[in-house]
Amino acid sequence: MALLDKPLTIYGKTLSSRLFIGSALYPSPQVMLDSIEASNASVVTVSLRRQGTVEAGADFWQLIKQTKRDILPNTAGCYNVKEAVTLAQMCREVFQTNWIKLELLGDEYNLQPDPIALLEATRILIADGFEVLPYCTDDLVICQKLVELGCEVLMPWGAPIGTGKGLLNPYNLKVIRERLPNTTLLVDAGLGLPSHACQAMEIGYDAVLLNSAVAQAGDPVMMAKGFAAAVAAGRAGYLAQAMPEKELAKPSTPTLGMPFWHQN
Amino acid sequence: MNIIFNGQVLTLATSEINLTQLLQQQGAQEPFAVAVNQTFVPRSQCDGYQLQAGDSVELLSPIQGG
Repeated sequence: MALLDKPLTIYGKTLSSRLFIGSALYPSPQVMLDSIEASNASVVTVSLRRQGTVEAGADFWQLIKQTKRDILPNTAGCYNVKEAVTLAQMCREVFQTNWIKLELLGDEYNLQPDPIALLEATRILIADGFEVLPYCTDDLVICQKLVELGCEVLMPWGAPIGTGKGLLNPYNLKVIRERLPNTTLLVDAGLGLPSHACQAMEIGYDAVLLNSAVAQAGDPVMMAKGFAAAVAAGRAGYLAQAMPEKELAKPSTPTLGMPFWHQN
Repeated sequence: MNIIFNGQVLTLATSEINLTQLLQQQGAQEPFAVAVNQTFVPRSQCDGYQLQAGDSVELLSPIQGG
């Protein structure tokens, strides 16, 4: 029997998949397209940079449009409120969406989000009509304050960007889930293996966002398939409600009627 | 006059130039967005945006992102 599930909704838009995928770091544009297809992701992340320093923006944009996915622009690389707000506004004009993955970093070593600047930029952008998807740390209080500002979606990190370490602090992520039951939660950043995505989904996260784990795999297309299956498996595990853990072994086969039963 | 264009000093032959003219002169290709001195300038306002010496113009276009 199929498990009953509601489709994921982000700021009122219903999505067919619980996997968001990045468009960076693939070995070739064709591998990027094939990986996005294999991942079954319904949202693809993109960014903006100076013209002339990367492959032509127009060519890249044509490729992304081919995927027919929803676009989530980001403010990657921003270190202060002014930069992030300006880049978000530029993204809105180019990509024609109010969605913004608000990335505002505070430390160059681990690329950790700056929670204080993040709150300020979120406040400004929401007042300007944006639908903010903040990339944040797994700090409950920061998450609560982002929700108070009007964020319907939060994206706490699993581990620092690009590390592939998985969920470094499952306890914090679980507490955020429990304390914010009505907020859509994604784990963003730090995933490396399908099992990491599965774990995030099993603890009740609504979706995951990843990039390097697929793009930098030996076989990105195969890894994209693996993540798609893991997200579905983890979601089923969450919906099905896991059995309680026990400290002592308990046989699953009945002992009643057991032949040769020896009583101590 | 001199301005900064995408991080590089650019010497312009005139001091009377608006943002649209600069973008055309620099061969801007759609799709793009522009900011001056870290403030977003909507495309609808580029015609009337007169550049000043020392302005820093950023012309951005789509790239891969994670």
